[in-house]
Amino acid sequence: MTTARITLTINGTATTLDVPVRMTLADALREKARLTGTHVACEHGVCGACTVLVDGLAVRSCLMLAVQADGAAVTTVEGLARDGALSPLQAAFRDHHALQCGFCTPGILTTMHALLTAEPDADEARIRDVLSGNLCRCTGYLPIVEAVLAARDAYRAPDGGPEAAR
Amino acid sequence: MKPPPFDYACPTSLAEAIDLIARHDGDAKPIAGGQSLMPMLAFRLAAPTLLVDLRRVPGLDGITVDDDGVMLGARVRWCDIEADARLAAACPLLAAAIPHVAHYQIRNRGTVGGSLAHADPAAELPAVALACAAEIVAQGPEGRRTIAADDFLVGPLTTALEPTELIVAVRFPPWPAGRHHGFAEFSRRKGDFAIVGVALFFDDADGAIAGATVVAFGIGDRPQRLAAAEEVLNGAAPSAELFARAAAAAADSVEPQTDIHADGDYRRALLATLLERTLAQSAGLASAS
Amino acid sequence: MSRPNAWIGSPVPRVEDERLVTGRGRFVGDLVPERLLHAVMLRSPQAHGSLRSIDAGAARDLPGVVAVFTAADVGAAGAVPLIPQRQHALPEGEAYRQPVIAVDKVRYVGEPVAVVIAEDPAIAEDALELIEVDIDPLPPVADHVAADSDAALLFEAAGSNRIAVLRARAGDADAAFAAADYTRRAQFGIQRHTALPMEPRGLCATFDPASGRLVLYGATKVPYYNRRALAGMLGLDIAAVDLIEVDVGGGFGARGEIYPEDFLVPFAAMRLGAAVRWIEDRREHLSACNHAREFHADLEIACRRDGTVLALRGRVDADLGAYARTNGFTPPRNVVQFMPGPYRIDHVAIDGHLLVTNKTPAGTYRGPGRFETSFFCERLFDMAAHDLGIDPVAFRRRNLLRKDELPRPFPGIVGVDAATELDNGDYAFVFQRCLDDFGWTEKAALQGRLIDGRYHGIAVASFIEGGGGAPRENARITVEADGGVAVDVGSSAIGQGLATVLSQIAADALGLPMSAVTLRHGSTTLVTEGFGSNHSRSTVMGGSAILVAAEALLAELRTVAAAELGGAATDVRIADGVVHGAAGQRPLSAFAGLSVERTYHNTKYTYSYGTHAAHVAVDPRTGHVEVIDYVTVEDVGRVINPATLHGQVIGAVVQGLGSVFLEHLVYDETGQLLTGSLADYLVPTATDVPRIRGVSLGLERCPNNPLGAKGAGEGGLIATGGVIANAVAAALRSFGVEPNHLPLSPPRVWRLIQEARRRQATPHETGQGAA
Repeated sequence: MTTARITLTINGTATTLDVPVRMTLADALREKARLTGTHVACEHGVCGACTVLVDGLAVRSCLMLAVQADGAAVTTVEGLARDGALSPLQAAFRDHHALQCGFCTPGILTTMHALLTAEPDADEARIRDVLSGNLCRCTGYLPIVEAVLAARDAYRAPDGGPEAAR
Repeated sequence: MKPPPFDYACPTSLAEAIDLIARHDGDAKPIAGGQSLMPMLAFRLAAPTLLVDLRRVPGLDGITVDDDGVMLGARVRWCDIEADARLAAACPLLAAAIPHVAHYQIRNRGTVGGSLAHADPAAELPAVALACAAEIVAQGPEGRRTIAADDFLVGPLTTALEPTELIVAVRFPPWPAGRHHGFAEFSRRKGDFAIVGVALFFDDADGAIAGATVVAFGIGDRPQRLAAAEEVLNGAAPSAELFARAAAAAADSVEPQTDIHADGDYRRALLATLLERTLAQSAGLASAS
Repeated sequence: MSRPNAWIGSPVPRVEDERLVTGRGRFVGDLVPERLLHAVMLRSPQAHGSLRSIDAGAARDLPGVVAVFTAADVGAAGAVPLIPQRQHALPEGEAYRQPVIAVDKVRYVGEPVAVVIAEDPAIAEDALELIEVDIDPLPPVADHVAADSDAALLFEAAGSNRIAVLRARAGDADAAFAAADYTRRAQFGIQRHTALPMEPRGLCATFDPASGRLVLYGATKVPYYNRRALAGMLGLDIAAVDLIEVDVGGGFGARGEIYPEDFLVPFAAMRLGAAVRWIEDRREHLSACNHAREFHADLEIACRRDGTVLALRGRVDADLGAYARTNGFTPPRNVVQFMPGPYRIDHVAIDGHLLVTNKTPAGTYRGPGRFETSFFCERLFDMAAHDLGIDPVAFRRRNLLRKDELPRPFPGIVGVDAATELDNGDYAFVFQRCLDDFGWTEKAALQGRLIDGRYHGIAVASFIEGGGGAPRENARITVEADGGVAVDVGSSAIGQGLATVLSQIAADALGLPMSAVTLRHGSTTLVTEGFGSNHSRSTVMGGSAILVAAEALLAELRTVAAAELGGAATDVRIADGVVHGAAGQRPLSAFAGLSVERTYHNTKYTYSYGTHAAHVAVDPRTGHVEVIDYVTVEDVGRVINPATLHGQVIGAVVQGLGSVFLEHLVYDETGQLLTGSLADYLVPTATDVPRIRGVSLGLERCPNNPLGAKGAGEGGLIATGGVIANAVAAALRSFGVEPNHLPLSPPRVWRLIQEARRRQATPHETGQGAA
């Protein structure tokens, strides 16, 4: 088959998409689900801009076919805000000027959300290590590290676990 | 950078997967994590007519630790290895190497079988498999066979796997108590493929080194055992001077490649430095400069 | 005003961010107009050759393919439009302009030779593989040495690979050299690299055949210029063309110029009467977007015995790649002219040779010419200081321009109208502040020391950054029905937080909260004329235009309000969105529709300046250099938003560290680009970045604009090459290593040490001459 119908949960909503089998998950999210917050900046798995959560794990959506996400739960940057308000991580990015052009930002937010959900006590070295899978050309990374460090508290709080912070 | 056209199948058994691949005359490719294959598709360096997705094939994602050693299913991901606390004792060289693999997101999808089948000469797992004399378990239409890592790794991006065979698992032999090990790599940035890497271990026989195994990667077509260094080490007592001699012998015995990231002379010198430092570290000596 | 300057100077959060952190940004690749078709470019696989034929028959027959265009479709021979010289044009450059699609020759790998339009981008890529291009190979001109020989020519009609020689002159350099106590000559090189914005380029064109109106989305940097130029190239009336700016994922000099695709995409839309979108992929970006920085220099410095620099002379070769693009001459022009930087060097004779080679054409990248000259000169200074036995700090103190020596003109360029002068500043104060913040005195003890297997070194370097590019900028301010104001400005956003900074300026000028200001920028629909964002000009020029327009709007409001509310216009007071007259008050919303547009003119550039200091540790066995500490202090005249400025500084330093250590576009001897992916073209990642301390000061307002601000955002990059190379040289002083070629990759540093060891084993030849 060269096209396929897939059903997946995107940001909590069950979604059925008809996709060419060669289409990456990144392109399917952007072109088929019209969630254009996920950005593609290299399409060969180096820059991290297209990072989304698949079944809770941060993955590069350009290195995954959409058909491989059939049945999966996908969280994109559009799924991070809560009730129309910025999530603590998003707010920390704004407060710490952790973005400039904002093109790499969605992939960094999803990656750091996955990290802090799993490891709310990640220290600066761990944050930098994980962040090294995402390229940013504007900020020099330091404001991003500051923002992520500042957002950790929200992930440690009783109501700030993976569910609430989705 | 859109992938070329191909068909897609998602079989639910190993037999079905092998059958699909066999029926496509070598033009079919298996895909699991896709972390090596997807970039090749994006650059159109690979053009399979059929992709056989292994994600629903049962029995490929287990990690077994027992008296026979460690068995990693082909679909075991790097993050699974990092999360398995048993491996630090059961195969410490493997546990030491895996954090060097690529980046966080890649480690969440990249698989053991994919890395071995891709056989990048600068990748970590093939080097560790070679050092440990691991065996690759492959299955094809003719049945199952076991291939020693040394025979499996043929050349750059080339393995002994038949086009119709799938990697099922990789088996690491038991790790004796008291064995010393070391793993190091030098890359331009953290997470990049190594310019030079070393994976090594040795046993302690009454104060002398025994069974020294030294593997270098990133320097040639495939990871390679450095017999010259092993000969210097075996039977001698660990010392900074010994390690320097072993490193020099290793450097003299290789003809590293030149590419855009480093020339051969640099790689040779770097191999000596990395090896000397890693030996010192693994022996618990203060690292030489 | 009830709150003068409540917003300017405050680190207010950016107005752009809420949209961008929630995935609601709108970038060009996000646009899906009706009947959208997709364009991909077929690019030359060869560096140099004669284009014999293109057979696109099979591609046209592929289902889903709508059209394939080649030069023959664009125009008859000689009628294919050429990319204009937008900036710092030279008459000699005319013969080296690039056709928007290859006509009879290809001159670099990546040059567009055909355009495929299809219903789906993947199908368009499938079609690329079906096009047969017959190219007769010609000898490649692979580097500046081959170019200089003219053995093979890129442009036979022009007769030479040397476009021109730019000669910067001040004083009498040869006489100064003849009389100098000390001279030293050295060769330097900077590798080809590129701006690499995270969002590759992209364009989306819509054309309405009925009205003849063309709209091009994805514009940035200089949309108004590009509208004028593209209208001419496409044969359209300028009024029928609009360029629309949407969110932009980084510019750094490379994005927003006219490239071949800027013509080809709207051309296809016009031909097909459809919407056509082209999103550059990363592989093509590396061979299609402007390259930058490749300079090879042979320079000589003359000093007095006391360390006073008397003169600089020498030759610089610029490898401009295959064509003279829109701003290709800006970097070499800056290199020859700005060589003295913030230092007092009275006698200068620098010849810049502008050479074409079979590589991707070059243009500007953040800090064009400044990064290069800072590297060359700061290296020469440390070499001279060491030879003369003078401390590098004392050497710089002696030669930095004093406050009372400013303003001071830069060397002129023979036959080119290039007059410009340093404006104002206290270079010595900022220099000292940097040393103090860095802890120079304490760290000096580390100089050259071997600690735990690594050699430590520190260095300091000063820079100037040109900004506030002339000639003018426009702003319109309109009172809205809700009591707020709409501010439209000709400046462009490239991801630098422009809307925030300009909103702060507008809010202060009008005495309004920032929330009452709606700022719109970039698109050609907004104001009658705009000049965009380049040369660190958007805050200075856009901000000044807003000030001038705000003043005019307030005057207008006073006049109108006086007529309605009685009293004289001078009695009308406007505060917090309320207009108070003699006989009462009205909310601002009562004056909705009132609108003024004004132009701010300026002929003078701004020069922010500063000093960087760095501490490195070098592993002599691997050649690895770790940056342990990095401090930058700069004076930008007046700080509008300290947080966005700080972000610019840190980001620029990290880009500079990429230039120094990692980034390299490597070509082989046949002109093939070997770094075709981000696995090979390496930019800094989070684990490569040291703690960087950045201090931005507003010491003394710039006298050349009403805002008092100086262009900023490039300075963090400018001094990185000089300061890091000097710190490495200081660390490896015992070897006598001179790191004069970038990048300082581990193999290069290691090799320098090996060569130094061999030299030490066989003494003599130090390469210096005391006259």
